[in-house]
Amino acid sequence: MSSPQASALDDEFSAIVGNDNVMTSEIDRYAYSYDAAVLDPVMPGIVVRPTTSEVLGRVVKFCHDNGLPLTVRGAGTNLSGGTIPHPGGVVVLTNGLNRILEINEEDLYAVVEPGVVTAAFAQEVARRGLFYPPDPGSQTVSTLGGNVAENAGGLRGLKYGVTKDYVMGMEFWDVHGNLIRSGSRTVKSVTGYNLHGLMVASEGTLGVFDKIILKLIPPPQAARSMMAVFDSITSASETVAAIIAAKIVPATLEMMDNFTIRTVDNFRKAGLPTDAAALLLIEVDGHPGQVADEAARVEEICHRQGARELKVANDTTERNTIWQARRDALPALAKLKPTCVLEDATVPRSKIPAMIAALGEISTKFNLTIGTFGHAGDGNLHPTILTDKRDKAEWQRVEHAVEEIFDRALALGGTLSGEHGIGLAKRGFLIKELGQATLDYTAKLKKAVDPKNILNPKKMEG
Amino acid sequence: MADIHQLAEMFKKLDDQLVNCMRCGMCQAVCPLFRETGRETDVTRGKLALLEGLAAEILHDSQAIDTTLNRCLLCGTCQANCPSGVQIIDIFLSARAIMTGYFGLSPVKKAIFRGMLANPRLFNSLTSISSKFQGIFTRKVDDLLGSSCARFNAPVVADRHFNALATRPFRKIVPRLDTPAGSSGLRVAFFPGCVVDKMFPQIGEATIKILQKKEVGVYLPAGQACCGIPVLTSGDRQTFNTLVEMNVERFRGAAYDYLVTPCASCTSTIKELWPKLYSGNMDIEDDIAAIGDKTRDITEFLVDSCGIDEPGKPATGGDAITYHDPCHLKNALGITRQPRTLIRAAGGNFVEMNEAGTCCGCGGSFNVAHYELSKRIGNRKADNIVASGAKTVATGCPACMMQMTDMLSRRDQGVRVRHVVELYADSLQAKPQGNGKTAARKR
Repeated sequence: MSSPQASALDDEFSAIVGNDNVMTSEIDRYAYSYDAAVLDPVMPGIVVRPTTSEVLGRVVKFCHDNGLPLTVRGAGTNLSGGTIPHPGGVVVLTNGLNRILEINEEDLYAVVEPGVVTAAFAQEVARRGLFYPPDPGSQTVSTLGGNVAENAGGLRGLKYGVTKDYVMGMEFWDVHGNLIRSGSRTVKSVTGYNLHGLMVASEGTLGVFDKIILKLIPPPQAARSMMAVFDSITSASETVAAIIAAKIVPATLEMMDNFTIRTVDNFRKAGLPTDAAALLLIEVDGHPGQVADEAARVEEICHRQGARELKVANDTTERNTIWQARRDALPALAKLKPTCVLEDATVPRSKIPAMIAALGEISTKFNLTIGTFGHAGDGNLHPTILTDKRDKAEWQRVEHAVEEIFDRALALGGTLSGEHGIGLAKRGFLIKELGQATLDYTAKLKKAVDPKNILNPKKMEG
Repeated sequence: MADIHQLAEMFKKLDDQLVNCMRCGMCQAVCPLFRETGRETDVTRGKLALLEGLAAEILHDSQAIDTTLNRCLLCGTCQANCPSGVQIIDIFLSARAIMTGYFGLSPVKKAIFRGMLANPRLFNSLTSISSKFQGIFTRKVDDLLGSSCARFNAPVVADRHFNALATRPFRKIVPRLDTPAGSSGLRVAFFPGCVVDKMFPQIGEATIKILQKKEVGVYLPAGQACCGIPVLTSGDRQTFNTLVEMNVERFRGAAYDYLVTPCASCTSTIKELWPKLYSGNMDIEDDIAAIGDKTRDITEFLVDSCGIDEPGKPATGGDAITYHDPCHLKNALGITRQPRTLIRAAGGNFVEMNEAGTCCGCGGSFNVAHYELSKRIGNRKADNIVASGAKTVATGCPACMMQMTDMLSRRDQGVRVRHVVELYADSLQAKPQGNGKTAARKR
């Protein structure tokens, strides 16, 4: 930033957050111009890093008073462009606000600042004999503030729910620099609007999180994992529907298609059945008696649905082997081609067989390589398109294919995004799912709380 | 100086490698530097983005990008954990070479690399002279660790606690060797490396002692040059090529089964970087590939090829020993099991420390250029060592030994820093059938 106006801003921000916490150089600004979405970078004008709650509030107020667009950034792992800044705008980093303020073992909740890293928090909670289930794929780096802003999911969504199911309350800054409180430390609370619920998945457009109250639960006492091998992807997906229909809710119920199986096996040589059409990776957990009963019933269902083989993990090593295969899916696919478009259109789980069939048709129609794996149990598949964004012709086909994936998911009663967010990537499609009236209502709400439209502008704007 | 457009053109050649980074940001979880600073320009994702920005001519401050590139330990932890398998170390070394070609090598580096490293005889005689006079400029601070600090202010030394230059370098103790394979049927070429030669000759002696005990023939030619890692990380490909050529000259033509080194950095450089990055006389490419194929870390050789195994019952009594994984063994070569086996085989009461596989913060020239950051990362390592309760920390890299000595010397916790082969050689001495005559000198 070289203009006089810019250097004045630099001085004013320095006065608020301190010299060491303001970045204005070309390279620093460029380093905060992107996130994990396959979108072009956008340069912010300045990057600031508040280290106390009070300073965070002053930064928000200063941005509002001066009409500066503001994008809050945790670890920048967003897959829909939610942390890509507005051109010339302000990036507010939360990694200076990363304290776990309280873990209450009697009342089963924790209070955290937004910059706490998800896995570090889950680990600390586990050390106290408790459990924080949401486990998004980026949990080793992602922040809880980002998880709440995006309503992040993960592998345990089917039984344990997603981030929104653990947000009991929150304090956040409004654009005028007032601290707004919603929710409480109690299991039940009906006092006031459910504003913290509104903040979840708001993608940084309605307020700036200051403190989050998260629900904790006791961990399951036992778990059993298994891998079911299928010769047809239809029977695999029908098995998913059959397990749910039998009123069994596994902690995790994941699927991998043949392309993903072969890629993963080539990656780690784990001895996966590379000729199988699909794998289901299943874990049931809970009380030991319940685990034994449910595991037996799941086995029976798999066999009835035509699984050609069922491997039940007998010890921790075998359990790890099964889940390593699932963890390898994205890295193994990502290594095949330079660009990896990870989609997350989601359907009601009974529609998984239809969605799988649709993805097969789309892959053929647009002549694209699509590896499909994901959270079959909650209807949240991850069709992964492997491409090279530099190949313009293929990239056009990718864009058409993505659009068709959305259309097919919506036609099946599904949704544009299960867990990655709308951000910049999917905003153009919002109207298809929500309709004009909903977009108008959302716009009025946004206008009321953020009249100058400074909070992460354009994100989720239909 | 060439113009920025020309520089961008050079970086465009890295495009096929750069494009593989999908900006997932998982490197943030493992980067030891990012853990200290939390700045995106300090983590690999940020640096790769900057190189793309430079190649696309979106960014123009090439000097700042060069500075950022050098704020990296090159520990390779990001590469070992990268979901997309981006060849990060290759990219960074190539980028540094491009930058050095563009900005030129600093006069000091030029004098050291081209004047000294590329002339091993001059380098050797200069360090020999220095070792005799170093007592005037330094004073001992920790006899157990053998460390010293500066007597008066010296700009490069700052407040470092460093290992003194050996009064008798390894090459004076064992100038050359050429012995046939004994009952093991094996013969190795031995590349001690500069730091072992000039600072830790006892590691070289311990290696020879073990090899003799295992009846392994040794080929140790005189006149070995530096492996090239310091010049490579400074982007000086010209000197790198010279050093590789000098070393290939020493080793090609000789008959041996493996080339072993007790220095993790030398091993990974010879095995991984010589074949990939040598760009001089193409006639010796096959020799370089053959040497690379045969190169082994000393602990890997002793365990996998000489059959040294863990005792049936691991020792539980005695002072505890812990192990630090050098990045050039763990991240570059995936070697973690063999050094631990060797410690147990030496009868050591082995305890694992927290974050054993996290970089010690040395990073070669990183320590020189960014000493404060290097110290912060090193202190975390020292904290973990002390917390393990071990009285000895063993490792497989002399550079890590220098860094850990510096960090531990300030704490007075009575923790010794030793190479794994020293521990194993000691155990041979303790046994009655050991050959006491070649015992390692007392440190």
